[in-house]
Amino acid sequence: MKQTTKRWIVAMAGALTALSLMAGASGVARAQDISGAGATFPAPIYAKWAEAYKQQTGVALNYQSIGSGGGIKQIEAATVTFGASDMPLMPQVLQQNGLVQWPMIIGGAIPVVNLAGVQPGQLLLDGPTIAAIYLGDITRWNDPAIQKLNPRLKLPKQDIAPIYRADGSGTNFLFTNFLSKVSPKFAQQVGSNTSVQWPAGLGAKGNEGVANQVLQTAGAIGYVEYAYVVQTHMTYARLRNAAGYYVAPSAQAFQSAAANADWAKAPGFYQVLTNEPGATSWPITGASFILLHVQSHDKNTTAALKFFDWAYNHGQQLAQQLDYVPIPASVVKMVEAKWSSALRVDGQAVWPAK
Amino acid sequence: MSAVTLPFKRQLRREARAEQVFRALTVCSAALVLIVLAGVLGALVHGAWPALSTFKFGFLTREVWNPVTIQFGALAALYGTVITSLIAMVIAVPLAFGIAVFLTETCPLWLRGPIATCIELLAAVPSIVFGIWGLFVLAPLLQHHVQPWVIDHFEDLPGIGHLFRGPPYGIGLATAGFVLAIMVLPFITSVMREVFLSTPRSLKEAAYGIGATQWEVIWDVVLPNSRAGVIGGIMLGLGRALGETMAVTFVVGNAHRISSSLLAPGTTISASIANEFTEALGPLYTSSLVALGLLLFILTFIIIAAARLLLARLEQRGASV
Amino acid sequence: MRSLARRKLAARLALGASGVATFIGLAFLAAILWTLFSRGLGGLSWHVFTEMTPAPGSEGGLLNAIYGSVVMTLLGVLIGAPIGILAATYLSEYGRRARLSVVIRFINDVLLSAPSIVIGLFVYTLVVLPMGHFSAMAGAISLAIIVIPVAVRTGEDMLRLVPQSMRHGSAGLGAQPWRTITSIVYPAARSGLLTGVLLALARVSGETAPLLFTALNNQFWNARLSQPMANLPYVIFQYATSPYPNWQSLAWVGALLITLFVLFLSIFARLVSRLFGQRESRVE
Repeated sequence: MKQTTKRWIVAMAGALTALSLMAGASGVARAQDISGAGATFPAPIYAKWAEAYKQQTGVALNYQSIGSGGGIKQIEAATVTFGASDMPLMPQVLQQNGLVQWPMIIGGAIPVVNLAGVQPGQLLLDGPTIAAIYLGDITRWNDPAIQKLNPRLKLPKQDIAPIYRADGSGTNFLFTNFLSKVSPKFAQQVGSNTSVQWPAGLGAKGNEGVANQVLQTAGAIGYVEYAYVVQTHMTYARLRNAAGYYVAPSAQAFQSAAANADWAKAPGFYQVLTNEPGATSWPITGASFILLHVQSHDKNTTAALKFFDWAYNHGQQLAQQLDYVPIPASVVKMVEAKWSSALRVDGQAVWPAK
Repeated sequence: MSAVTLPFKRQLRREARAEQVFRALTVCSAALVLIVLAGVLGALVHGAWPALSTFKFGFLTREVWNPVTIQFGALAALYGTVITSLIAMVIAVPLAFGIAVFLTETCPLWLRGPIATCIELLAAVPSIVFGIWGLFVLAPLLQHHVQPWVIDHFEDLPGIGHLFRGPPYGIGLATAGFVLAIMVLPFITSVMREVFLSTPRSLKEAAYGIGATQWEVIWDVVLPNSRAGVIGGIMLGLGRALGETMAVTFVVGNAHRISSSLLAPGTTISASIANEFTEALGPLYTSSLVALGLLLFILTFIIIAAARLLLARLEQRGASV
Repeated sequence: MRSLARRKLAARLALGASGVATFIGLAFLAAILWTLFSRGLGGLSWHVFTEMTPAPGSEGGLLNAIYGSVVMTLLGVLIGAPIGILAATYLSEYGRRARLSVVIRFINDVLLSAPSIVIGLFVYTLVVLPMGHFSAMAGAISLAIIVIPVAVRTGEDMLRLVPQSMRHGSAGLGAQPWRTITSIVYPAARSGLLTGVLLALARVSGETAPLLFTALNNQFWNARLSQPMANLPYVIFQYATSPYPNWQSLAWVGALLITLFVLFLSIFARLVSRLFGQRESRVE
């Protein structure tokens, strides 16, 4: 027994070691792996880009969608190569933390509902009403305030379940920013940030979590990036914009809002695109940003920049398939100029890549 | 003569040195247990210090959790942790008692092993599975069938009606408590069963001898005799419920609020940390989360320590009997 | 004095209720297993074991997550079990009655039931921050810290079962304690120690919380310990709370795999202790 046990153990150990060595060998990537973390808002398009980029170049981009707050925190702690956030950092904060930020993609946050019998785009809402719902002032779907906006829709006497982001989220920032602009009570009671204290409703993690929770909870209302609405066929609501028109979400609507941005005059590319003027503008549009350290020791920085450059110049089609709006070429030039002038790894310039 | 003893002496010396090394290894490993505890406590206190020194005692008594104004208070998370664990105990303890009684008294002998194994398999199921089961199976069931019924029938009761008010979300404190109950059930059951089985036969036979029914023997003889063990087991289950993360995060609702309704969403300490730690911006926010972790650690430490002391005393008494 | 009939009725009701309680407990187990199988089996295919975790909407598998879980769990046990057994050796052989041992046993029992998320926080501050990034090694360390108390507890119980007569006999032949322990006590307690290690492995396989802040996750293949590594529990966590059907189905498959693994390990550990335990006593 003793002999056979020993042999058995040795055989197992040998097999395991061989297996791990084989697996490890096959896994030793040919190039460096880039690690990034942050916003769930652009996660669908980053994932598609990463897949395509890997097929073309073999370089893997490991992006963990943990929320904008997570992206900001992890890049500040330098535990990842880049962070992603839908909430742009103020120029002072950028300087304080030695970070540089630039816009990577533009999208929109959409109110979604789970109401039996209501088709996508059928429900009409405006900012002050949504603010009241999330403040807990409106608690039933057949409330006169909502019914007034929807005279032709028979709304049920159902409790509203407001779903918000429980994690630190740039989508949250965009949503609360919009609500603060249109509702002074909301601005005073809740404010605008990646993470706020919500007076009512329940929280879910990530755009994915909110989408899932709204799909699961009858009578729910939530807010998610448009790609999630499209991918899961959710029931979205049309929103009243600053010009007074009810618009449905679409790439054109986001484009129309983004056209108002003056990137050249914005230090640190700080732009918030909510409640922009324009007859066809979507009121909760936002750009999603990438954050990188000005001075770092991260050897993967060049590889990351190469990926972003590829995404700017070759990723537009994939972006449009998911109804994101690519960053215009003029802005791309400004961004890449910033890379050359500002970014240094171990004192050396990293762009243009050699 | 010396030519024979010299290598032997060398061998002895080698063995003695090896003994010192080995003994030192074991002592170090044992000390490591203490070092880990001290390390965890130290890391927690160090991380929590900024929050605790800023908010002082108010941290424990305020419900606010506002990253915008940078005001944090642990009350909502503490409330949620305590309430969900209490609900779990209220459901699990009677069930565990019933199962332990069944397995030690009523169950036919050939069936005892398999059923006991099944109950212990429940303990082997990873907590994340409980979480997703709770989210995808239990929550919709509660939302569409159970909660509306409960709200309709209990909402207007005087006094306790407010406990059952509110929109039927399906997830919330009550659902989390329910899932926790299923999780701690096997632990409490196995402790109770062990303790019931160790009741001295003479006590039970004496009771039967004067004409007690099976139930009276259990309730009036076995249970009082096993009191310390039962309480210890319950407290162990409570300690587990307090610290559980994954099962709760999915179904608790993630709302830093204290509501009067049990059906409302809330949060627990571990769910807050799990959801917010990797993205808490700002030193005070992070420190508040670590302070929550410290609170949880102290809370579970006290309860588990008390439970272990009780159970240890029981073992001593059992040995002397 | 209540009538005999009433007391008998009470007894019958109470014992009936206990049967109902057992039924409820078993029903929960059945419900969970049923859900796991019905939702997980559907997604089970060769792809799961041969492809990496996919982007939302694309097809894929769980290979990198399975590999990551296996590596980190094995590492955690490989680090934690020897330390735990050595500590148990001290408690059982050298310091059985020492005052220090009483304290160590007590602290160990507390650590045994400590919330695992706190362990994750600890390793984040100790390993992830100084290292500068998430890594599989940090994940393995946090799992090791969870394994140690389990190994100490079961290790000491098993070592104590070895009769003193064997130790005395060895000492009588002039063996140093370490010689006695390694040549006599360990082999005698072999099956019990193995069972303890298997149970620790089962316990740690399902742990998610400590990995949240240490190993993070990786959507691609990674075999290097110094980088974030995919793991099944995190993938389940992420995919289950997403709205994508392909992700959700993979989450259920992952949950099924972990549960089956842990269940089989527990049953196997029980078998080992029953089979080999009996053998040992017969040898004596």
